[in-house]
Formats: sequence, structure tokens, C-alpha cells
Amino acid sequence: MAAPLVLGIVVAVTVRAVLYRSSLAGFISERVEVASPLNAWKRVVEGLALLDLGVSPYSGDVFHETPLIIYLFHFLIEYSELVFMITDVLTAVALYLAVQDFNKVVFKKQKLLMELDRYASDVAELIRTPMEMHYIPLKVALFYLLNPYTVMSCVAKSTCAINNTVIAFFILATIKGSTLLSAIFLALATYQSLYPLTLFAPALLYLLQREFIPVKLKSKGFWLYTTQYAALYLCSLVVIVCLSFFLLNSWDFIPSVYGFILSVPDLTPNIGLFWYFFAEMFEHFSLFFVCVFQINVFFYTIPLAVKLKEHPIFFLFVQLAIISIFKSYPTVGDVALYMAFLPLWSHLYRFLRNIFILSCVLIVCSLLFPVLWHLWIYAGSANSNFYYAITLTFNVGQILLISDYFYAFLRREYYLTHGLYLTRKDGTEAMLVLK
Amino acid sequence: MAGAVAAVLGLLLLLGSAGGSTGPPRDSLREELLLSPLPSGDLAATFQFRARWDSELHREGVSHYRLFPKALGQLISKFLVRELHLSLTQGFWRTRTWGQPYLQAPAGAELWVWFQDSVTDVDKAWKELSNILSGIFCASLNFIDSTNTVTPTASFKPLGLANVTDHHLLRYAVLPREVVCTENLTPWKKLLPCGSKAGLAVLLKAERLFHTSYHSQAVHIRPICRDASCQSVSWELRQTLTVVFDTFSIGQGKRDWSLFKMFSRTVTEACPLASESKIYVDISSKTQENELLEVTPLPLSMHEASVQGDRRTYAVYDLLSPSLFNVSRSLNVQLKWKRPQDSLDLSTPVLHAQRYVSGYGLQTGEISTLIYNTHPYRAFPVILLETVPWYLRLYVHTLVITTKGKENKPSYIHYQPAQDRRRPHLLEMLIQLPANSVTKITIQFERALLKWTEYTPDPNHGFYVSPSVLSALVPSVIAMKAEDAEQSPLFTSLFPSSDGSSYFVRLYTEPLLVNLPTPDFSMPYNVICLTCTVVAVCYGSFYNLLTRTFHVEEPSRGGLAKRLANIIRKVRGVPPL
Repeated sequence: MAAPLVLGIVVAVTVRAVLYRSSLAGFISERVEVASPLNAWKRVVEGLALLDLGVSPYSGDVFHETPLIIYLFHFLIEYSELVFMITDVLTAVALYLAVQDFNKVVFKKQKLLMELDRYASDVAELIRTPMEMHYIPLKVALFYLLNPYTVMSCVAKSTCAINNTVIAFFILATIKGSTLLSAIFLALATYQSLYPLTLFAPALLYLLQREFIPVKLKSKGFWLYTTQYAALYLCSLVVIVCLSFFLLNSWDFIPSVYGFILSVPDLTPNIGLFWYFFAEMFEHFSLFFVCVFQINVFFYTIPLAVKLKEHPIFFLFVQLAIISIFKSYPTVGDVALYMAFLPLWSHLYRFLRNIFILSCVLIVCSLLFPVLWHLWIYAGSANSNFYYAITLTFNVGQILLISDYFYAFLRREYYLTHGLYLTRKDGTEAMLVLK
Repeated sequence: MAGAVAAVLGLLLLLGSAGGSTGPPRDSLREELLLSPLPSGDLAATFQFRARWDSELHREGVSHYRLFPKALGQLISKFLVRELHLSLTQGFWRTRTWGQPYLQAPAGAELWVWFQDSVTDVDKAWKELSNILSGIFCASLNFIDSTNTVTPTASFKPLGLANVTDHHLLRYAVLPREVVCTENLTPWKKLLPCGSKAGLAVLLKAERLFHTSYHSQAVHIRPICRDASCQSVSWELRQTLTVVFDTFSIGQGKRDWSLFKMFSRTVTEACPLASESKIYVDISSKTQENELLEVTPLPLSMHEASVQGDRRTYAVYDLLSPSLFNVSRSLNVQLKWKRPQDSLDLSTPVLHAQRYVSGYGLQTGEISTLIYNTHPYRAFPVILLETVPWYLRLYVHTLVITTKGKENKPSYIHYQPAQDRRRPHLLEMLIQLPANSVTKITIQFERALLKWTEYTPDPNHGFYVSPSVLSALVPSVIAMKAEDAEQSPLFTSLFPSSDGSSYFVRLYTEPLLVNLPTPDFSMPYNVICLTCTVVAVCYGSFYNLLTRTFHVEEPSRGGLAKRLANIIRKVRGVPPL
């Protein structure tokens, strides 16, 4: 299995290297879908130039990266292309190993449930076999490496790739069962972009499941483990934040990074929903709607945790998707991360209702983004509404894709426990509805 | 006893007389008009009214104002102002064709103030001061706020006496969009002691003054030495007004001009309150080639001065001398060119600059400044001050300075990045200009999308970028001797001269007009509805999936509608639902 992965990595690195040397590199790094004010490479260079001039990079409103990025690129600025190619490769390898382990867990659990006779009798075709699961890790790694979104993100040198790597390592550590590493990588991911805070819940649920601790609110073991994990997470977060303080000897980075993510002052267009909404907002309601939109990201965690407590990795996938759609400055790099998980759920294909339309919507929208941007900004023959419309359509497409997968997942679970060929009392084929 | 009383009375008298001998502080007014033909054929007229008041405004409680206007005097004492410079300008001084200006001002309104070091909250004082000035001069200076105010570190050093130069006491703001009109001229004229009734100010009629290519009126207040020993401080108020007439339009194709043709008025008398009232006409061209031009009436005296590195001759008309109005009641200075001027002596000024925006589209752009040093063998440094509004995000790592194809590193660079909606970019650099060279400074920027309420009602007009300021000590070709400020004409004592080998020049470049991407202003309700719909789609789908479970559908008995439909079907003879 390692050989195809290495081949895939080589192909991916070649594609990126070719694009770096071509004239497309400049064009791609200017694209607002790929580079947002939070993770554009131009701003990283600007921050380092300000540091050279003796001005704090956080004194202006151009640089919004964490001090970790300053540390990293202060020494590696000459090899930036290599750094981004390596981060992509590391992400793919981490996802590959994580999914490999996860498959083993899934198969073991399936075997256990079959022996306990939890499954209905006629669900043989829904049972997953090692044969079909064999190529999933490779598919996940290739889905990430060869996704055009990832390639563009890498060529644009957007630091979203570094965020993705940290999250991938967090997933790997969680699936391997290491509480400490999982907490550390989660703290690092939260420190980088704040929203991975919501991934605490699925990681906790997975680790509890792995330790065979039942999720009961009255259970002492549950609370002990939760406090342990939470304490590890918070302590690592505090340590990382304090280390960042010592870089520039000031707390300026906190309003500049986290204040910026939460209060959304920069209205540069991107593929998200925030920019046009707050460009057209009445000043009076601005604070209210900022709070509403930010709560919207964190709000789905508890209900999803209640519903999906037996399936924490699916919960993680849905949570990652919600973060990518509703974060304040999304880019296609974020979309690429959750899309890499789609091969994991390829067994749900028969239950997906709208997959064809949704993939068409997503592909067409991705192609129309640069066209309508050009018409608005350069040709002047369209206005901002055109680009906004495509943003809306793209987000609706993403939302429906995720809810479609969620629906398919729940439906398969129902069939597994109740049988595949359902009949009504009078013998005719039954319809399944959500009530 | 009586002797003691007499002694006390005598002492009181002595003290009284001693106190009485100081009297109210002395003030004096000088007015002058300088008419200088420009190399391109236009004519520049510079009025200067200078009131000097020997009083320590900050220490004594002053209540009696004579020549110094009360509005400005109270302003200085209330806000502890050290220096104040306000200018309102319409048009742009074309340095390349008109030569070096005596005192240039940027297009729009410019205000820079040095405060005393005893001021605790400079920003508060600045805000109140700009609001009060806005009321005094009927100009929209109340738009000066933190988004267009900067604190330069190297430019705008005090022009008057200064013993402390902590640059945190300096504030500088430009409003490039400000328009100058009669409404601004009237209060400016009201500050003059004689108003517009006597003296040179009778020439200031708005209908002629605003038919010009360049109109700039300014107020400069600064402390100066009272005498050569500089023991005490006097306050000087200079009101300057510079206009450039297009002689081809007023002279009907000929370059001749006269006071009546330009101002539609003539001077009849000097201001009675003025201690000096003179008109200077620059006739330097006359001495170069004999009998090139003729000035009428014949001037009573000539004055030679070396101004801005050039030897110039001026014809002087002293309005206070009794012999001037002997022949006629009014003075109408006229100049006739004897020969048609086919070869104009276009001496290019030593330092001039231009600035432009390049790039296409509404996403990015580039500001380029070109600075020309035409001195044949001397290099000199220049301080460039650029203030760029926050919505044009400058990227200082793209700053490139090239001279003659090679990179030119500035020896001092001070960059303060902008904060969104709080303060603008400030870039100050000290650049060495080699002799006979062109220096190009380019910096890239990104255009921001603003909130819809932050656009002006005409957003497609564009957004102004204030002119950049170049300050330099230009080496002069000839040696200039330092003259006593009181004896020399006002136009030579504008800037303090440190030595005779260079003169101070402050140039402004053009303001720039930049377009920003605009949202659709008719759409706030639609946008809120549509975006909330998308969020609701997610919320709705997830709510359904989270709260509902799968059930096998039970065939329902059918509601009323189904039964009605079945009845109709039975009537039609079709199988029921």
C-alpha cells in the first residue's frame, strides 16, 4: 500500500512544482477564493517586512497570522514553496494513516455488532468487507493531494495548508488514541484559527469510545476522562499562547488575530456568507448579526454530539464541514479538507439522493467564481450581486451535500438495525420517511 | 507722619508710571502684493497681509485686540497653539511650467498645528480646534478626524520659534475634496484689519479671483523673535492669497496685463492701519534683454533680491509714499511686452515631482511618484511624506525606489501602517536625489470593500488620496545673503533661512482619485433575506435530521380532500386513490 501512496505523492508534488514555475502562480495567489485576509501569503511577507522595519506587524490591519507563523517563516522564507509542498504531503500521509487505523476500528465494531446479533437478517449487502475498505486510505490521501482546491491553495501559498496539516495530525492522534498528542494538536489548531474548538466534542467522544468508557452523564469515569482531556487541552493552549507572547513581548496578537476572526472588520469578498452581509448591514444591527453568525458555527456541536455519539468520526466530518462553510473567512483550502473524507463514506452512495445535482452545482460554481469576479472587478460589466449569487449557490450546494451525507448515514443505520427490505403490514414495499 | 505719607504716595506714583510706560502691546501691519509673470505666460499674484503683535498671548490675559483678529487670538490662547497653518486651495500649482512656488499649498484644505508642550490631550485639542476653525472659515474642516490626521516625524518642522520639537505635539490633516469658494474668502477677508475697504484688499473681488487657474488662501500664525536679541516673543499672523491668472484669456491673446484687467479694480489708497504697503512687480526679464517689457506707471524704486536661488529685480510701488497718487487718484499697474515672446525662458525648477496611480481593475493598484532633480551637479536629500487612507491597503514590502535604473535605499524610513477605520497610512522617507536624475518610487496597494454606509453619495466619483509632501533644502546656484526680516519684503521671509547656500522648498504632488469596488446600494434588505435563507437551509436540514427519526410509513386513512377526490373518481368511473 505504500507504493501507490508514494506514487500519488510524487504526482502531486510534480503538479505543484510545475504550477509554481508557470505564470499561473501569480494569477492563483491573487484569487480571493484561495487567499483570504487571514491566510494570504502576501500578508505574511508584509508582516515580516514590517518586522524588519522595526514596526510591530500587529500595529496595522494587514497582518492577522499568529506569532507561530512569524517564527516559522522568519527562518524558512527562502524555502516557502518547499514548506507548502511538504505540509500538503504531511497532511495526506496523516490522513492516510488515520483512515487506515479507523478502518480497523470500524471493522472490529462491525464484527462485534454482528456477533451480538444487533443487525437485521437481510442486511448482508450493507456489511462492509475488508476488500472494499482496502483502498479507502489511498483514496482519501489522493482526494486531498490531487483536489484542484488543494493544489490552488498550495500554489498560492495560503497558510490554510498549515492549518489543515495541524488538523490532520490532530485526527491522526485522536484515532491512534493518544490523549496527550490529540490535546496538543487540538490546542495548536484552535490557536491557529479558533474554530477547531468545536472538534473537542467528537475527539472526546471517540477517545471515550476507545477507552470503553460509556457516555453517561452520571458516570464518574466519564467526567474523570473529560476533565483530564479538557485540562490537557487548556494547558497546552495556555502554554502556546504564552510562548507567542514572548515573541514580540506584547499581547497585541490577540485582538489582531482572534478579535479579527470574531468581529469580521475586513469585508474583502471570499466564498463565505459574511462579507456581503456585513457590507450591506445597517450599523445598528452589526454587532447583533456578528454574534448570531459566530454562534451559528458553534451551535451545532451539542445537538450533533447527542445524535452522533456512537459515530464520532462522522460527527467530526460534519463538524469540519460546518466550520468550513460558516467560518468568517473561508477559502477553498478549508473545503478541500472535509472533501478529503468523502471516500470514507463511499458505502453511503446508494442512499444519497441528490449527489449528481450537488456535484454539478459545486463544479459549476467553482468555475463561475473567477468569471464573475473578472466581470465585476475588471470588466465592470457586472456588479457585486453576481459574485454574491455564486457565493450563495456554492454554500447552498455545500450545505445540501453535507445534509445529504448525513441523511444517507442515518438511513443506513436504520436499515442495519431494521432490515433492508422493509415491508408493510400488508406485504407491500414500505416507504421510509423522516418523522 | 506726613513725610511718610508723601513718601508712600511718591512710591506709588513711581510704580504707577513704571507700569504705565509699558502700555498696550504694540502691533503693526504690513501688506504687499507681488506680481510675477511665470515662464509659461501666466501671471501669479501673491497678496500677503502680515500682522505682528508684540504680546505673549499665552501668559498675559489679553482682552484688547487691535490689528490681530480676536477670533484667532482667542483660539491660540485657549488651545495653547504654538503654530497654526491653514490653507484652502483650488487648482494645482504646475511646478514644471510655472516654476518654484513661494508657498505652495495642496489642493483642498490643509491644516497643520504645533501645540505647546503643556497640552495634555493633543487629540482632543486638535478636534476642537478643527471644529472651531471650520466655523470661522466656513469650510468643512469638521471632517478632520482620526482617519485623516497623521503625526509626521520629520516633515513640517516649526517655521517659527521653537524650543521643543517633540513631534507628538504636531498634527497634520488634508481634506483633498474640499472646494474653495466665495464663502471661504469672505471670512478670510474679514480677518484683515482694513477689511476689503482700503489698501490692497480692495482688489480681492471674488468674481475675478475664482476665474483663475490656481487660487490659494492661507492663514499662518507663528511666534517670532521680537528683536535681534530674541529675548521675547511676538506673534505673527500672515494671511496669504495666491492666484494665477491665465493671461491669454484676460489679455485677449496678448500677454499684457494690468491690475484693472485682472481684478477689475484699481488701488486707490493704502490701508491707514498699515505701516507698510507695497506692490512688487517682478521685472527680471527686463534686465536680461533690454527693453523687453515696459511697466507703467514708472516705478519710483527698484529692489533686488535673491529669491530661491535666482537674482531677481522688482519694481516697487510704495502706496504710502505721497508721490504715488500725484498723477491720478488710482493706481493701475500695467505691463506691456515690447516684443512678442516666442522663446520663453522656461528654466525648469530644480525640484519638481509628479504622482500617478497605475494598474487596472478594482482589486489592486500602484502609486508611483516621480521626483526630478534638475540641478546639474549638486545632489540633495528630500523628505517625502505620504498619507494614504486606510481603505487602500499599502504593502510596504512592494516599495521600490529606483534612480537611473539602480535601487536607491532611503536613509530614513518611518512607516506607520493604517488601522481600519481609525488612522491612515503614514510613510516618511529621506531620499537622496543624485544630480540631474529622476527618482521613481512605487508602492502597491489593495482596494478594500467598505460598508455601504461608508461610501459618499457619489461613490463612482472615486476616493481622494491626499497629495504627498516633499520638503527639501535645495542648493542654490548663487549665494543668498541673510537679510533682516523686518526690512526685506514679506515674500522673502516666509521660510526661515539657515544659511545662504540653500533655500527651503515644500512641494505638493497631485491628489489622486481612486475607484473602489462598490456593493449594490439598493440591496440591503435583499441581502439580509437571502443570506439568512441560506443559513436557515442549513439549520432546517440539520434540525430535521437531528430531531426526527425514520419510520415506516403507515398508510393513512386519508383526509377530507382524499375522500372528496375518491367520490369524484367514483362518479367518473376511475379507480380510487
